[in-house]
Formats: sequence, C-alpha cells, structure tokens
Amino acid sequence: MEMETRMKKRIRVEANTEPSESPFEALSEEILFLILDLLDSNPLDKKSFSLVSRSFFAVEARHRRSLTPLRPELLPFVLSRYNSISHLNLTLCPYLSDASLSSIASLLGPSLRSINLSGSRSYSHRGIESLANKCFNLEEIDVSNGVELTDEAAAAIGRMSKVERVRMGRCKKVTDLGIGCIAVCCPNLKLLCLKGCVGVTDLGVALIAVKCRKLRSLDVSFTMITKKCLPAIAQLPNLEDLCMTGCLGINDKALVTLKQGFKSLQALDMSNCQNISQASVSSILQKNPSLHHLNLSYCSPVNSMLSGLHGVFKLNSIKLDGCHVSTDGLKSLANSCISLKELSLSKCSGVTDEGISVIVAKHKDLVKLDATCCRYITDLSLAAITSSCASLVSLSMESCTKVTWEGFRLIGRHCPKLEELNLTDTDLDDEGLTSLSQCQNLTSLKIGICLKITDEGLIQIGRSCPHLQELDLYRSIGITDKGVSEIARGCSNLETICMSYCTSISDESLKCLSNCARLNTLEIRGCSLVSSVGISAIAARCCNLSKLDIKKCYEINDAAMLSFARFSHNLRQINLSYCSVTDVGVSALASISCLQVVTMLHLSGMSADGLAAALLMCGSLMKVKLHVSFKPFISPVLINRVESRGCMFQWLNKPFQVQLESSEVWKQQSHDIFVE
Amino acid sequence: MDQKQRSSFTYPPRNNSPKESFNPNYDYPQFNSQNRTESPYTPSQFFNSQAREWDPHALLSNLSFLEQKIHQMQNIVREMIRTNEGQNCNTSELTAQRQLLTTDLTSTIIQLISTAGSFLPTIRTSLLSGNAPIPQLGSSILSASSAPSPSAYQPNPSPDYEELTKGWGENVVESAGQIQIEDLDVKEGEDVGQDGDTLPIGSYEVLQLEKEEILAPHTHFCTICGKGFKRDANLRMHMRGHGDEYKSPAALAKPAREPGSQPIPVKRYSCPFVGCKRNKEHKNFQPLKTLLCVKNHYKRSHCEKSYTCSRCNTKKFSVLADLKTHEKHCGRDKWLCSCGTTFSRKDKLFGHVALFQGHTPALPSDEVKGKNEEINDKDDSGGVGYNDGDEYLDMKGGYFSPMVNFDSFSFEGLDEFSRTTFDPTENSFSFLRSGSPDFARKDPGN
Repeated sequence: MEMETRMKKRIRVEANTEPSESPFEALSEEILFLILDLLDSNPLDKKSFSLVSRSFFAVEARHRRSLTPLRPELLPFVLSRYNSISHLNLTLCPYLSDASLSSIASLLGPSLRSINLSGSRSYSHRGIESLANKCFNLEEIDVSNGVELTDEAAAAIGRMSKVERVRMGRCKKVTDLGIGCIAVCCPNLKLLCLKGCVGVTDLGVALIAVKCRKLRSLDVSFTMITKKCLPAIAQLPNLEDLCMTGCLGINDKALVTLKQGFKSLQALDMSNCQNISQASVSSILQKNPSLHHLNLSYCSPVNSMLSGLHGVFKLNSIKLDGCHVSTDGLKSLANSCISLKELSLSKCSGVTDEGISVIVAKHKDLVKLDATCCRYITDLSLAAITSSCASLVSLSMESCTKVTWEGFRLIGRHCPKLEELNLTDTDLDDEGLTSLSQCQNLTSLKIGICLKITDEGLIQIGRSCPHLQELDLYRSIGITDKGVSEIARGCSNLETICMSYCTSISDESLKCLSNCARLNTLEIRGCSLVSSVGISAIAARCCNLSKLDIKKCYEINDAAMLSFARFSHNLRQINLSYCSVTDVGVSALASISCLQVVTMLHLSGMSADGLAAALLMCGSLMKVKLHVSFKPFISPVLINRVESRGCMFQWLNKPFQVQLESSEVWKQQSHDIFVE
Repeated sequence: MDQKQRSSFTYPPRNNSPKESFNPNYDYPQFNSQNRTESPYTPSQFFNSQAREWDPHALLSNLSFLEQKIHQMQNIVREMIRTNEGQNCNTSELTAQRQLLTTDLTSTIIQLISTAGSFLPTIRTSLLSGNAPIPQLGSSILSASSAPSPSAYQPNPSPDYEELTKGWGENVVESAGQIQIEDLDVKEGEDVGQDGDTLPIGSYEVLQLEKEEILAPHTHFCTICGKGFKRDANLRMHMRGHGDEYKSPAALAKPAREPGSQPIPVKRYSCPFVGCKRNKEHKNFQPLKTLLCVKNHYKRSHCEKSYTCSRCNTKKFSVLADLKTHEKHCGRDKWLCSCGTTFSRKDKLFGHVALFQGHTPALPSDEVKGKNEEINDKDDSGGVGYNDGDEYLDMKGGYFSPMVNFDSFSFEGLDEFSRTTFDPTENSFSFLRSGSPDFARKDPGN
C-alpha cells in the first residue's frame, strides 16, 4: 500500500514537470533565495513556498539554515532534505537518544554551527561526544536542563574546540572537573552559562576566568561560588555581562577588596544576593564607569545603598524589585545617574508620588517603568510621568489601586508611544479604557481583574489598536461576546488572549477569534458557556495554537479533542481539567505529535486504561499532571517507560471543586494582602 | 669548616690501632691544638693554628704511608687467593685473615679521610672558624694518644679523595649535634619558610658542604670494624659489642656540651649546586637553616628521584621520607591531570592545570568503558543506514497515523509488554531500527 501511494506521487510529480511552462521555473536560485530571505517572519509562509514546485522545494531546502523539528522520529528524513542546516533547535524533542544525536552529527557534520538540546533529558555524554567528533564547526551548544549529564559530557563539549557559546544551566552533576575541561580546551569561549550548576565551585569558575580570556558573558547564578573566584573573574579583559543571581557566597568583603577589574563590564545582575551591602555596590559602580545595566532585585540593603550613592554613573537600566526604596533613595539615584532608560520598582515598598516625580523629572528619556504593587502612588505620579516621559514605551502599574480614571486619561493623552501597558487589578473603567485607546501602538494590554470595564471600553480598544498582540482580560467579568468579537475584528495580529473566568463568554467569541490566524495562546478557564463548537472553530482555523487552557469548560467534550487531533499540529500545552472528555478524546489528543505538557485532573470520563494508552502513544510528552487517584491504576512499568522517554509525572491531590469563586472576592483578597 | 668537621668526629679513641705509627686520632684537632699551642682551647685559636701549620710535605709523607699500607693489604689478599686455590684452606685461618684485612682497610680509610680533611677548600676553612662543638668529644679522646699534626698531611688530588671524604662528610652532618633523630622522621624545617631566614645578611655564618658530604649515607663509623651508622647513639650502642670498656656509663653517655663554652654563632647553610637559589652565589640567596634541610633540599632539587612508589609505580621521590609520606595516602589521590600527575587535593590539581598550557583535569571514571558502549551503539545502528531515504519514507505513514498501535493491544497486563515489540516511541523514533518487523506488524494503519 505504501509503495503504491509513493508510485502515484512520483507519477504525479512527473506529470507536473512535463509541461515546464511554469513561469516559476524561470526564476534563478539567487532570486528565490532573496525571496526566501524576506519570508522569515512566519514559518508557514516558507512551507507554502516550498509547495509551489519541485525546484522551489529544493531551493527552500538549500536556503534553510535553522530548523526546529517537532518530531524527533522524522529527523533523519528532514535532515537529509535540509542538509545545510547550521542551527538546530531540538527543544521540542524531549526524547532524543544518543543514537539520534550521532545520526544528526553524521548527517550535518561540519555544517552544524549551533545546537540546542535544552528540552531533552534522555541523551548522555556519548551523544555529545559524537557531535564533538563530527561537527567540528560547532560554535554554540545548549545542554541546559541536562540534569543527568556528567563531567564526561562537559569534557565532550570541551572537545569542540571552536565552541564559543555554551549554556549548561541546571546540569547539576557537572563538577569543577568538567568545567575545567571546557576551560582548558575552549579558548574561544565567549559565553558561558552555569546557572544552577550546583556542583561547580570557585575552582572551576576561577579556571574558566584564567583560561578563557575572550569571555564576554558569564552566568554563575545559583552556584556555590564565593569571593575566592572573584579576583580571577574581575581580571577578564572582555567581560561585559556578569550574572550572579542568588549567589549567597558573594559578600561585601569580596566586592570591596577588589581593587580593580571588571573594566569592560556593562551589565551586572546581583539580584537575590543577600549578603551584599551599599559599600560594595557603590564601589563597583565607581570602579566601572561603563556599567549600564544593574539588577539589585531582592537585595535587602538597597535603600541605604541608594542614599549612599555619590558620583556620576552612566547607568541605563536599574532594577530594584522587591526592595525597600525611600524617597530619599530615589532622589539620590536620580541625581547620580545621567540618563536612566529603564527603571523597575516592582514590589518596592516605600515608593511615593514624590519619589516617582523626582525620578521622572530628571530622567525624561525613561522608556520602561515598572511600578507594580507600588500601592501608594496616585494620579500625581501619573501626572509627573506623563508630563515628562513622552517616549515611554512600557508601563506597568499592576495593583496600583489609588490611581483613578484621571490618571488613565493622562496616559492615553500623553503617551502615544506606549506599547506595553499593564493595569491589572486597578480601578480602570470604561472611560479610562476609552482614553487608553489613543495609544495606538499598543501591542500588549493587560487589564485583568478590572471589574468595572465592559464591552464599551473594549470595543474602543478593538477599533483603535490594530497592533495588539497580547490581551489579558482575566476575571474582568464585565466582558461579553460583543467586546471580544470587536477585538477579534480589529486586532488581527492577536497572538495571546486570556479570558479566564469571564463567565459571559460563549462560543460566539471563539468563532470570532478564530479569524486571528496568529493566535497561539488561548486561556478560557472557567468559561462554562464555551462548548466544543467554539473551540473546534479555533482548532480548525488557528493552526498556530500552541497553548490552550480550557479548565472547567464543562461543555467541552471529545468532539473538540478530535478536531484538535485533526488540525492543531502545533499544540504543545493543554489543560483540560474538569472537561467532559472521555478516553476517546484523550487518545485523540495523544496523537498530536508535539504535545508536551498536559494537565488532566478530574476528567470524569477518562479511565485508567484510556490514560495508559494515551501516555504510551504520545511520545513527545514532557510533563503530565494527573490526579493522584490514578496512580495505583497505572502500571509502574508503563510509568517507567514513559519517564524514560523524557516525561515527568506530577501527581496532584487537588479536591474536586466545581463552583467558581466570585471575582469580587478575589479582588478583595488581593487588596487585603497588599494593604498589609 | 674542616676544623669543625674534624673536631666533631665521633670516633672513640683507638688504642688498639693496628698501625701504631699512624695515629687515627691525629684528626682530632682540638687535641693537636692543645698540644701545640699549650693553651686552653678556644675554637678560633685552634682554627688559626690549623691554618698556620698546614704543610704539604707532611701530607705527602702521609700519602706515601698510605700507599705502603695498601701494598701490604694487596699482599694479604693475594695470599688469600693463593690459599683458596691451593685447596684445603684452613677456615679458621681464613677468617683471621679476613678480620685482619677488614681492620686494615678500616684504618686506611680513616687515615685517608683525615688526610683529606686537612686538604679542603680554603673558603670553607674560613667559614667554619670557631663553630665546632669540640668539647663534646670529652677528655677520653683527648687523652687517647699523641698524634702527628693533621696539618702534616698533604692534600691528595686523586679521585679516591671524593669517595673517601664521604664518610668524613657524614660525620659533619651528624656532628652538627642538633639532629638527634633519624632524618626519615624529620621533614619540617625544610627549604621553605625558615623563620631564621629573616636574619639580616651577615649576622650568620654561611656553610657549604660538598655534594658527596651531603649524600653520604652514614656519618658515624665504628673505628674497630668500620661499620657505619646514622646516629651517634647507635654507634655507641654498637661499640658495646667490642669490649667492656665501651660499656661504662661514661662511654655510653651522650657527649655533653662543655659548660662555659662560647655561645655558638648562628649558622646557615648553602647548597653546593651553583645557580640554585639556595646557593650563596645566587642573587636572592636564601640560606638553609639546618643540615637536614641541606640534605633534603639537595636530594629533592638536584638528585635523581630513585624511590618509586610500589603501589602506583608513577610517583618518584629522592627523599625516602617523602615516599613514606606519599605511601600513606597513595591510591587516595583522586585528582588526576591529563599529564598523569595525581593530586590529593582538588585545588592543587586546578592550580596545576591553570599553570600549564594544555593540561586538563582528567575524569576519574571509566572513560574507556563509555567509549566501548558507544561503539556498540554504532554497531546497532549500522544495520540500517539512515541515509537511505526510502527506508524511513516507507515508515512515514506509520508515524503520521494518529492512532498508531492503538487498536493492536489490550490494556490488560501492561507489564508483560516486551520492550521491543510494544513501544511506539522507541520504534518510531529509532529510525535505526526502522525496519523492525515487529513494528510493521503492529501497525494497523498500513
């Protein structure tokens, strides 16, 4: 049967080529390459291109440089077609054996420049060794999340002598020895990420700093390093980006005693380093005039540090999330920096209108301001911001409950360049929303838990913000089908929409939204009016859909799952808890070849056998969340089997809860938390 | 220096020397100086007298005497050979001859040593003035006999000199008197970090021994049988076997420093190896603190490493004590460099790797085993070439079929599913085994 179909195909192809009068054939390869260069934005365009003719197909194959395969089992076929791939992203292939890596190595050989293995856990050092042996032009490798990788894997990476960028976050079994191999054998290393490599200590990091003098970017977050390796790091001549998040071993003494060094440092991330103080930060700032980005989030003594700042710094961006920042601190920050572009005061306590005003008055070029949970700021702050920062692009004011409609009106009137706006959990109403619609460049609008907004405001947004890509209406219960359909009509670029617990939403909204062909994320949790009809419409027309949350949409049943299985070949993540899906639906879902994360709690129609069959069938699974009551019914052999393919089980014990809690209550709760 | 060395000779008096004409005690300079100068002994005085009275003629006569003696011994040996060849040799007679020969040889050696002692580089002579622990030797030695002046011996430039001075040099090392324990047990106070090094230059004397002196195995010799010892105390114990006169408490007692003697000046040592930092000619000369330091330094830095660890067969040492220290933790060295060097501490390994180009930390685990497995994997995959496009094109339908394998099995008894026949992922992905008949049969869609 297989043979027959193939023969037919061939005959058809020959029949096509015979006339050869097609004008496409006249186009030279260079021209086709130029066309393909311009087709980069949407992956589907290239697929359509390659379907034009055989020569287009071949040209597309030759042109393609980067590839993100969805199904590892087709890799040999795909790679023999695309044999000049230089960037291979395998994050969607959780089951990737050493044998497949060695086949990739032999198929691509020297043309491979970059490979990303961060999504897979099933390969070992032997696969990396075969890459090292055959792909000697490899410049970039990402083996993050390889929690089982050992020093031998690191040594194999060390054998790739041309490698420049190595990311090995969370490789917990790698120790100094492996890092030492990389340090000695990769003199060209420019970027190294050791985030969460808990086996790595000062010795390994210091050796890296001694041997890899070309290093530009180093991430040693969440490692056990102490001050002992800092002098070596400080001597790196080209280091531009240093990330030391959560390094509790780094203390004041280490930083203060550094007489010189970090000459080229531009970005420093010291968030969650709780053992540093004002003295060390100001000494770093004073010694490094080139420092542009500083992250001091969740470092407790930031306030005293800010007051102690003296001198002039060229900082562009500073993050002080989660710290106590007083008005005086902000004043001295405003005075000592020349030109701030980004300021993050998210969850900072002590931020007042005066503080914000001082900052924005001094730094009119501010592009990004994050004032999430700064509960004391009012319309006065917004007046200051809007009057001086005309170039503001991103503003986040989540849970700033004292801001009123007047503030929102100012935003709409004075910030035409605004692209990202987060007003979640504020007192936004239709009037405010209508004035916000003047920001016509908005790409991301988050107006969740704004209980006062209705369709009226949303319609204005839909009519005047055509570039909107992300819309969050979480628990904004005033929204109905009318508003959503206006959005769907006006914002055809929409990629992400969250309408969870907007209980008035029905199939009508989804039918309208199915016009947004780029939609990839849809959250309609708790929209109990939505049925399989609406969701099937989405499935049929939004072929980019990759994340879907339909928890507590009780009306959704197997029919929706079957249409997903048929149309949604890009679905990666789905939550279908509480849906009326049975074994049939689950196994249909399992046939989606790139499905990675599934949450299936309280599916009344699903049996243990159906679940077992689905688990076996769906080879791409990375994470499955199930109710703990299923555990005794699934054979441990099966579980082992699935786990060995790179899947992780999470057994939850959430109680069955049908009733939705009211959104007002939720908002009130959040109030209480913040008032404390 | 000569003086000091000679003065510290620990030979017991030899009243029963086989050759009365040659007094083995001639080399006790304090005795001579006393005789000569008729004055209470002081080291400096003694030294001066020595330097003044050195006489090449005397040396020549001494050497000719030795020559005669050697001829005598040659005759004895020839005699022994002859008796051996002429069958029926009397065993008791042979033993007696041997004993005679041994004693003669011993005394010759001693004489030669002392002869050489009077003929040493003048540099050291000047350096050594006045630091000899002469009083240790006690009155018994002084009263032993009258002797010709040591200065009467002529220096002998023959190669024998080198060998013979060995024993003499050993004496020097031990006789410094500070070292009471076997050098095996002593490792501290080594080349580095002596507190004494902070002494200003010139506030101490610098001594330099010759290579042979440093490397001599024994420093104390029995004057009767010639056996060598490392320690003075061991020699005294040995001497008890030679007669009751050595068993007296006085003879067994450790020679005490004479009260009232002048305070001994601070001494530092120089390594004879020219160019070494420990050599006094070096620009940044760092003196060695004790004679043991000299010994260990010289062996470690300028000698072949002749002691090999029997366990690892790689580590070599020139000082036995170092080997013993190593053996205590040999096999527990888990930090290995690609050059084969092992380290007991990780930071040492990383210091080494940081210092040398191209050295990498070696992984302790079984890399060889891993490679073998890899080969096996490749063998498995060799059966079906994945470059052969048709192979997996044929299989494509199977992969695309959404319900693949779904109807073909029951859900009961999952445990019994064998891995090869029932495993969609394994089969579908391992294109290497794409031709597996099991899979094809199970696949209902095609």
